[in-house]
Amino acid sequence: MKWAFWRRERRNEELKEEIEAHLLLAEREALESGMTKKEARQIARREFGNVGVTEEVTRDMWGGRWLFDFFYDLRYAVRGFRQRPGFVAVALLTLALGIGATTVMFSLVSGVLLKPLPYQQPDRLVAVNGHTEGWNEKIYGEQKLAYLDFLDCRRESHSLDLAALVYNSGTLSAPGAPQYVDYFEISSNLFSVLRVPLAVGRAFLPEEDNIGAARVAILGYSFWQRHFDGKGNVLGSSVVLDQKRYTIVGVAPAGFRLYGNEPELYTPLGQDAAGYLRNRAAQPVHVVGRLRSGATLRQAQAEVGLTGSHLAQAYADTNKGRSLQVKRLEPPVGDVGSILWLLLGAVGLVLLIACANVASLMLARAISRERELAMRVALGASRGRLVRQCLTESALLSLLGGGVGVMLANWSLHPFLTFWPGDLPRAEEVQLDWRVLVFTVAMSVLTSVLCGLAPAWRAPVREVEQTLRAGARTLTAGTRRLHAAFVVSEIALAIILLVSAGMLGRALLHAASLDPGLDIRNLLVMRVGLSPATLADPAKIPAGWQDLVNRARNVPGVQSATAVDIVPMRQGNNEYGYWTTADVPPENKQPMALASSATPDYLKVMGIPLLEGRFFDDHDRLGSEPVIVVDDVLAKSAFGKQDALGKSLWIPNMPCPQPNINKFVECSAPFKIAGVVGHVRYWGLAGDDQAQLRAQFYYPFAQVAPPFLNRWSQLMSIAVRTTVPPLTLVEPLRRELRGAAGDQVLYQAHTMEELAHESLAMQRFLLLLFGIFAGLALVLACIGIYGVLAYLTGQRVPEIGLRMAIGASPANVTWLVLRQSLGMVFLGIGIGAITAVAAGRILESLVEGMQPTVLSTLVTMVPFLVLAAMLASLVPARRASRVDPMKALRQE
Amino acid sequence: MLILQTLQWAPRHGYALSKAIRTNSGEILKVDTGSLYPALHRLERKGWIASEWKTSELGPRLRIYRLTQAGRRQLMSERSRWERLTAAIAGILNPAEKENVP
Repeated sequence: MKWAFWRRERRNEELKEEIEAHLLLAEREALESGMTKKEARQIARREFGNVGVTEEVTRDMWGGRWLFDFFYDLRYAVRGFRQRPGFVAVALLTLALGIGATTVMFSLVSGVLLKPLPYQQPDRLVAVNGHTEGWNEKIYGEQKLAYLDFLDCRRESHSLDLAALVYNSGTLSAPGAPQYVDYFEISSNLFSVLRVPLAVGRAFLPEEDNIGAARVAILGYSFWQRHFDGKGNVLGSSVVLDQKRYTIVGVAPAGFRLYGNEPELYTPLGQDAAGYLRNRAAQPVHVVGRLRSGATLRQAQAEVGLTGSHLAQAYADTNKGRSLQVKRLEPPVGDVGSILWLLLGAVGLVLLIACANVASLMLARAISRERELAMRVALGASRGRLVRQCLTESALLSLLGGGVGVMLANWSLHPFLTFWPGDLPRAEEVQLDWRVLVFTVAMSVLTSVLCGLAPAWRAPVREVEQTLRAGARTLTAGTRRLHAAFVVSEIALAIILLVSAGMLGRALLHAASLDPGLDIRNLLVMRVGLSPATLADPAKIPAGWQDLVNRARNVPGVQSATAVDIVPMRQGNNEYGYWTTADVPPENKQPMALASSATPDYLKVMGIPLLEGRFFDDHDRLGSEPVIVVDDVLAKSAFGKQDALGKSLWIPNMPCPQPNINKFVECSAPFKIAGVVGHVRYWGLAGDDQAQLRAQFYYPFAQVAPPFLNRWSQLMSIAVRTTVPPLTLVEPLRRELRGAAGDQVLYQAHTMEELAHESLAMQRFLLLLFGIFAGLALVLACIGIYGVLAYLTGQRVPEIGLRMAIGASPANVTWLVLRQSLGMVFLGIGIGAITAVAAGRILESLVEGMQPTVLSTLVTMVPFLVLAAMLASLVPARRASRVDPMKALRQE
Repeated sequence: MLILQTLQWAPRHGYALSKAIRTNSGEILKVDTGSLYPALHRLERKGWIASEWKTSELGPRLRIYRLTQAGRRQLMSERSRWERLTAAIAGILNPAEKENVP
């Protein structure tokens, strides 16, 4: 930089010397032709023309002129900032907050939604899904594949290398104390298809992917760290999972996860002889694939589609109507995307308000410098030059603001992530990387243009002499309108955020006041892994659960205990279509209901009111009449005003509770409704009203068909009603439930109060953020109003003096100023209200439990905003009313 | 082009250049010094001419410009373009001549 200046300086001197020489030579020649020295000099000068202009134009030829102008502008801007540290501090802080918050939100959007999958050539990866007509993706998610279908696809595909993955869980009894773990059963080629190298050891071999092959396992990285201290000699040791000993052959790389959380273990999928993996009607298999070199997605789609239709013909009883689809593999992030975009939008609004604020500050500053600028125009500065100077100032400001913003973001990103309610998918990929920095720089540049444009546009070019003559005290109507426009837009933006925050607040209040349908106090739910020995024999499973319930009931402080497969307000569900007559329509036409199986004490433990009839008792078992108990929602939607009690439901997909069967059998008789109970908010306090599936029915756990008992046992929970604070019983229960063999593990213990509270976590989180945003917006808007009014009023002092001199009272003057501010505020509200209604609708569709309260919230927020705006305008108004008319007039 | 052409025979300094152009054109073309120096500096930036400082016996240091290889090529192409242009204009001014050619 210094060097560049120095070089330019030298070139300047050289140019001067060159021209001097030229003049000297011309002069000499003239002398030789016989002129006097004076004449010669004059003629040389005259012939040459304007030395200054020649130098100037020549310098332009060197190039880089803009750069030097830029440095001069920069120096000028810095000098200007030094004179006004207050202005700079406020503007910088505002921009830093705005840009910092936007950067944080964008890091989330970038990491969770925009980043490609962290595998080699992620654009060559695909997922294979099934699709059956009537399949409800909203409830069930993407349809996966049956294991046998996967094997057929893999065999027949020439364009894809396909791998499979099944989520499973079980009891790990060694090493260490027994624990319940999540594991993935994978096809042997999963790691090679994803091109993920193992941290230690090797992947599974193809021959290990068969029933009866040597039992081998790969450890999850975290599990390896926790239980084997990350030691390399782990290969060859073993783990015992569900009573089977597996030899460890490898360790997965750190942070490797494909669906959901990092599992503890991987086992070969082909070794699992479980019945559901041989049943084409069950689709538990995630299928991922990589396009072979030269193959296109279109080829793969055609190929797999063809396989799908072959399967549908060959296995009509299970695969009829099911097609197979190939899509690019997307990171599984669920519906968090809409929330993230929503927050980015909200934070963007705050940034816009910040921009408007800084822009109006800069405009005020530019106007007070109007004479100076006019002078420069008069001296020959071009308009472009002045615009560039204004933009340089704002660019300096916003890039500095961006820098501070990035620091703020860097510092607050991780606290913010831990603050996120529940699990944010791909949270580990959220970081301030180059994408985010590019975004932030772009943001800062945009900000600088937004902030600097107004003052630049104002740069005087016409009527320069008038500006110079008039002095700084006159304001054109155009300028006043520009100022007002800033206030109006700030108010319009603020009202959007205020209404959103208000709506969230009301939704939260509303949801908290709802009746969950059960007594959430003194209620503890926990999952227990049944002893693997019991699980191995389906005949022992019901007794095993009965034993658990009895043990739980005997713990001091427990009033009653039950076993149930689906706990309200916790993830997990099981649905069946039903019909009220034997004439059952096709599956996609049947209404759906949430089904849960429970032991007889369920109502008593949960505190669910029995409305009619009875709940289950010990006489309901395999072989006896299949019974169900429905909730009032189902009773009403199925039978209207008629009494549901004693009627029956046809539930074609529900296995028939017959003893001594080893596969799915459909009931010939319908399920009899034995009782009606109150509705329970299964989907959480906020979500239940809008849930797609609200109807519920219960069936006795004793009537779960034997082939399904093993699977059911993975889903079951124990719930206890206590007489003491529930969490104090976790340890006694853990000890007692361990069982005779000591290998039954209690995990995921929660009180129902916690679950109810968590079901509103997202709403609370959004309310907090929107509350902060709205508060910031309000404060910024008030500062904006204050600044603009103070400035406009200051410019109007002579006018006010005149008014007072001819008889206006201080109250008149106060009102004059307030009226001006009110005008701006109401215009802003008018414009913002339309947008706010639209924003409210978006919120209603994105956030569970929102009530249609846009308009009423708007009505309550308007006075609030007006009041705040009035408070902000009061100070300038009061100041105006104290103007001394004599002094004001003398100033002129 | 004029500058390049004038520099073709010998390196010169600014004043000599302006004089040369004036005398060679029979006092018809007078290069305004206000454009001469900017033009020289622009040509130098484009790499068509190069300059060095020489002390003259007359006293002041003089900046001598000379044609570079790139400048020579540029001159060729500009000259041929110019010649085509003048030929074309001549053709329009004297259409008869052209018809008699075959």
